[in-house]
Amino acid sequence: MPLSYRGKARKLLEEAGAEDYSTLLIEKGGVTFKGLLIPRARLQDDEHIVLKLDSGYNIGVSIERIDELVVMGGPRRRARLEPEKSVGRSDLPDVPIIVTGGTITSKVDYITGAVRPYERPEELLDLIPEISEIANISYVPLMTMLSEDLTPRHWLSIAEEVARRLNSGATGAVIAHGTDTMHFTASALSFMLRNLSKPVALVGAQRSIDRPSTDAVLNLFSAVKMAAEGPAGEVMIVMHGGPSDDFSYAIRGVRARKMHTSRRDAFLSVNQPPLAKITRSDIEMLNSSYRRRDNGCEVEVLERIEKVALVYSWPTMEAEIFDSLVEDGYLGFVVAGTGLGHLPQRVIPKIRELTSRGIPVIATSQCFFGRVNLRVYENGRLLLHAGAIAVEDMLPETALVKLMCIMGQTREMSKIEELMRTNMVGELSESIGVDLFPPGGQR
Amino acid sequence: MDYAQLGLRVGLEIHQRLDTRKLFCSCPSTLRQDAPPLWFGRRLRVSRSELGAIDPAAEFEQLRGRVFLYGVYPDTTCEIELDECPPLPIDEEALEIAIQISLLMKMEVLDEVHVMRKIVIDGSNTTGFQRTALIAVGTEGSTIETSHGPVRLRTICLEEESAFIVETGANFARYKLDRQGIPLVEIATEPDILNPDQAREAAFGLGRILRATGKMKRGIGTVRQDLNVSIAGGSRQEVKGVQELDLVPKIVEREARRQLSLLEIRKEMAKRGIEEGTFAPSPVEVTEVFRNTACDLVDRELSRGKAAFAVLLPKMRGLLGREIQPGRRFGTELSDYAGTFRGIGGILHTDELPAHGITGQEIQAVMSLVGGSAEDAAVIVLGSASDVKRALRAVIDRTRYAMIGIPEESRRPLPDGNSSFMRPLPGSFRMYPETDIPPIKSSMFMERAMSSLPEMPEKTITRLIREHGLSTDLAEALFDHNRVRLFETVARSHPGISKGFVASTLTSALISLRRDGIDVERLPNGVFLELFGFVEGGKLAKEAVPQVLTMLATEPTTQMDELVDQFSMTLEELDRIIGEKISESEDEIGEKGEAAFGIVMGLVMREARGKLDGSLVSRRVRKKLREHLEKGQK
Repeated sequence: MPLSYRGKARKLLEEAGAEDYSTLLIEKGGVTFKGLLIPRARLQDDEHIVLKLDSGYNIGVSIERIDELVVMGGPRRRARLEPEKSVGRSDLPDVPIIVTGGTITSKVDYITGAVRPYERPEELLDLIPEISEIANISYVPLMTMLSEDLTPRHWLSIAEEVARRLNSGATGAVIAHGTDTMHFTASALSFMLRNLSKPVALVGAQRSIDRPSTDAVLNLFSAVKMAAEGPAGEVMIVMHGGPSDDFSYAIRGVRARKMHTSRRDAFLSVNQPPLAKITRSDIEMLNSSYRRRDNGCEVEVLERIEKVALVYSWPTMEAEIFDSLVEDGYLGFVVAGTGLGHLPQRVIPKIRELTSRGIPVIATSQCFFGRVNLRVYENGRLLLHAGAIAVEDMLPETALVKLMCIMGQTREMSKIEELMRTNMVGELSESIGVDLFPPGGQR
Repeated sequence: MDYAQLGLRVGLEIHQRLDTRKLFCSCPSTLRQDAPPLWFGRRLRVSRSELGAIDPAAEFEQLRGRVFLYGVYPDTTCEIELDECPPLPIDEEALEIAIQISLLMKMEVLDEVHVMRKIVIDGSNTTGFQRTALIAVGTEGSTIETSHGPVRLRTICLEEESAFIVETGANFARYKLDRQGIPLVEIATEPDILNPDQAREAAFGLGRILRATGKMKRGIGTVRQDLNVSIAGGSRQEVKGVQELDLVPKIVEREARRQLSLLEIRKEMAKRGIEEGTFAPSPVEVTEVFRNTACDLVDRELSRGKAAFAVLLPKMRGLLGREIQPGRRFGTELSDYAGTFRGIGGILHTDELPAHGITGQEIQAVMSLVGGSAEDAAVIVLGSASDVKRALRAVIDRTRYAMIGIPEESRRPLPDGNSSFMRPLPGSFRMYPETDIPPIKSSMFMERAMSSLPEMPEKTITRLIREHGLSTDLAEALFDHNRVRLFETVARSHPGISKGFVASTLTSALISLRRDGIDVERLPNGVFLELFGFVEGGKLAKEAVPQVLTMLATEPTTQMDELVDQFSMTLEELDRIIGEKISESEDEIGEKGEAAFGIVMGLVMREARGKLDGSLVSRRVRKKLREHLEKGQK
């Protein structure tokens, strides 16, 4: 066993011959502490030693004024219970769970509190055995990434894995993913997976699975159910529908947005109803316009993606920000404007300059809910006249990913405009129902 | 019972709620009387392999598979209680109080405090764990004195209070979240207590020291004792949540008796040649036996579509009926185990039958179905096939364990001093670090805690006697009811009022109001200050104080000055009444002269009682009577 301490504490422990998880006895000011030496987190100071006492409590003992430190025994860790090996059931639909990282596939080390990803599928099935009753699960550890660190390169590798699995007979795919950028990945897969006609469900957890109250149980169950039995052949995010553990929503990938930092029901479907409501027993379709599952099609992966930036409008925004971004190699822009999609008038000449140089500027709104309209106010009309492309009720993040994909195919402005304004996978809609806002109404 | 010979050992854990905001969020520690407007449903789950071993308490709950419903109050609870948001840093005031208590008890405060998660999946915490931190450990000097000798203190922890349970059903439990997260200080002693009376004394002594900080919540349920009881050859049993101090000795005595009886049953089982392998879990359906039963209970369950199953307990005849606590038998223990499962009300066993309308014939039929003979016992359980199987397995496991010894359990205290099975005692490995809260260096808080260190109880009591001239009883009562601070504030701001009156109002008067069901705990300190101000100013009679307090407690929206008006009488009005009564009593006055005071006073008090102070009325009556007599002489 190594010794994970540094600095002063390390010196003291090394001298005593201690390793992580050794049993230590520390005498200090007439009090005796006995316990297992617990590794100390990297960001903590080097002046305390952490012991796990027999009672289960951890304590930190300052290395100042220690009278005696004795190693009583070598490293000792309780053997972990090996979960039973799951048995595949060939009578059930094949559903791969493609693991990319994030809370949902991480377990906590019960001694240190450190979080690390599952190594084997059995560990997940041990927590959520009911998924093996609805699908023949295969476990595909693809990467171990926090979702905020994902880039288009990772999207591509996820897309390729999904395509490979679906093309070789899987009924649907589940992607375990961190929640922070799950809606970006969902949009990316929506545009990158061409001819998709099977369900691809991204799923995550807002409460880590070491907590007995984890939302992973319901989320993963619902995602597997949607992948195995759902009628929609689309990319979707499957997460809690409310604070209770009673149902989940499947939200179309290009319509999902994380709207709360920590709640279970953080993901909302913007400007469209969720695709489906999933309970333990049922899948109820809530949105009648969805791509029907069709097991025959071969999925192809769109590979080329270009560098595009998302710019948020704010009151002191200056035109020069675009220059520095262009200099950094950004080939196009999505602007999350205010209200109906506006930018400050002082910025508009820069927009005209960009579009005339063949750099597309896509207008969306930081309101998220509702439709962009650049014909109502003067600044809007000026923006349109400057060549901005208004994309109706498309979410800014969705527009960003779509523009990345489109610019990977063409640089021709008229073509870009045409494609950006053409509905491909449900990212644009002709009308928005009045019951879709405020979003709580979805519950 | 000779407790020394029994080898009785008792350890105490005392839990006291603090009067601060909640431990890990900014919500007030307000307990609500109204029903929560919103409810949410959750399930809890533990991964068996993640625990490294199967925690007996956690596994037990998981098998029950219940849904937990949580009631929230949007105005006094937040996302954190509902486990929709990570915790905020620990409440510094609560931490300081815990450190102060540690210092008062001469305990060693830890250099670095680590908040832990203790897995509890009975639904009493939305997270599925209770956050708890060890604050200090005992030193040589940390003891509590009792007349039977000192009791060493082991640890002080600061932890979050659980949610309040409102209702439990076969497959659900309903909790309110107003209580969850209130800080609790837990003080644990070593198992140094050797007899029931010493347990009470130690609990009382610990309670006093806790109150010294003045930051404790008052009222029912704010202090709870857990008693860890064992006898030689027995095992540690945790009787949880004893709220009445007077019940402590009885619970200890009854638990000692229970363990003794269980050990006797073990001896008897060995004598009968019962071995672990004697019990084979093979429930047999016996529904047909009871098709036409005269037993209402069985008939009702069967007509609801439930089935009857029985299991044989070989060579156990007579042992299930053996009393282990007054009114509780070994069969009752088995019934507790079975009853924890969904849809199971309890068990019927052959030692208590025939009875309840079940006939000897029916029992014989059951016995022949399970293949039992005259020396065997059988247990019958009603329910759905899958529920019954789990319940009967629990019954068999518990019976088998009786061979080995006494299983370690958490037990629920009953009002008569007995206790019933709650769940297996959890292991220490159910604890792991709360990764959302970094370790806390105590040195940052020690200085502040020391600078405002409260005095020890004895010192406060002596000071109350010396400085305020209170009797020992009143001084102790003020302390024990946690009213010293309020008393001293009133004494300072209203020096003109009798201190004995203030002290007895804050103690005996409030106790008697509480006994009448008046919720005096909801009266804030400001109310008392204002009220005593009115008394001092002669605007309110002392006698009216309990009534005004009652009205303020029951109708919190009432304005105090309006109430006082209602209860007071102006001096003009008093004079008018005195004049009236004097004229009414002309004859007696003429006869007795000044000695007629008693008659007039009695008549006046009939109208002025509770509105004006008696001594004031008496002075006024005496004066008016004298004037009247003088006028007559002229």
